[in-house]
Amino acid sequence: MTTVAELPAGFVDKVLSAQSTFRSVMDAMARPGSVQRIAAVAGTPGTMMRGTAAIALTLFDHDTPVWLDKRMSATPDVARWLKFHTSAPVIADSSISSFALIGDPQSLPALEYFAFGSNEYPDRSTTLILQVESLTQGPSLELCGPGIDGAAILRVATQPQDLFERLAINASLFPRGIDVVLVDDDAIVAIPRTTRLAAREG
Amino acid sequence: MMAGNESLADESGGQARRKVVMAVLAHSATADIAGHLAAMALPAHEDLREPESGLVMVRGRVGGDGAPFNLGEATVSRAAVRLSTGEIGFGYALGRDREKARLIALCDAMVQSAELAGTIETDVVAPLRAAMIERRSRKAAEAAATRVDFYTLVRGEG
Repeated sequence: MTTVAELPAGFVDKVLSAQSTFRSVMDAMARPGSVQRIAAVAGTPGTMMRGTAAIALTLFDHDTPVWLDKRMSATPDVARWLKFHTSAPVIADSSISSFALIGDPQSLPALEYFAFGSNEYPDRSTTLILQVESLTQGPSLELCGPGIDGAAILRVATQPQDLFERLAINASLFPRGIDVVLVDDDAIVAIPRTTRLAAREG
Repeated sequence: MMAGNESLADESGGQARRKVVMAVLAHSATADIAGHLAAMALPAHEDLREPESGLVMVRGRVGGDGAPFNLGEATVSRAAVRLSTGEIGFGYALGRDREKARLIALCDAMVQSAELAGTIETDVVAPLRAAMIERRSRKAAEAAATRVDFYTLVRGEG
């Protein structure tokens, strides 16, 4: 029988929830470093946060291979939920994935394991969706680049500490690169590949 | 969830029961299903998959044993409903009637529930089945009334 015992529900209102989540992600990408809220309500399987679940339901489909880190794939719940609600293929090879769900940034593999896209098709890159501890506390980062007037300050608490230094490869790879979305519960912050980061004292 | 507890034979029995119920519900009107469901006390449930419409490819086979080919796309609505007790029902209906898909999913979930299976059979499926058979036999009778029998007379020579 195809009955699944504990499968969390999807969006209550599929169209409006997906539209409002898309708007939040788009605003986050357009204003790097700004904290956007995701209002849509969806079930959350396993270790997935509300924001991650809403992003998955909005952006994933059968054409977007998804890679899960160890934390996310610890139980089959997340993969089963993704398959039922988004029909996105969950793959083991991170270098061809469209999205990577990172539940535990501590064990984030080297960025070279993900897709950077090609010069002809820079959009064929992996978007990292990282679940962090906090987007209101922790060390400050200074962001600058397109979409930011001057500089933006972002406070984010996550491991490993060198995560944002690693993103410096985006500068040399451009137009190839990696886009990152940080998620803390219902708050999201995007760091697209055009954004330059620097640690800020104090 | 029941797959783990039931033996294979029971499971195929459960599947067969669901199939029979689906065959009736798929051929019933939304209003009729809703009317019969409204008369009974519904268990607590939630939409696992909100009703949605999409396309499926309908495939055909020439002469029953020829090579399969794509006949065309058909609009289909589907939904999934979960009862608070854990049973998950799936509903697929031809057309854009999303409410029908949701009601079928709800009935499918209740058919799998041990306590509700009897009620749904007597209160919903049985009257709908009777109506369906009545409708079909009436149509058959209407068609039969227009039947023309042709005789071929043997023409004699001369």
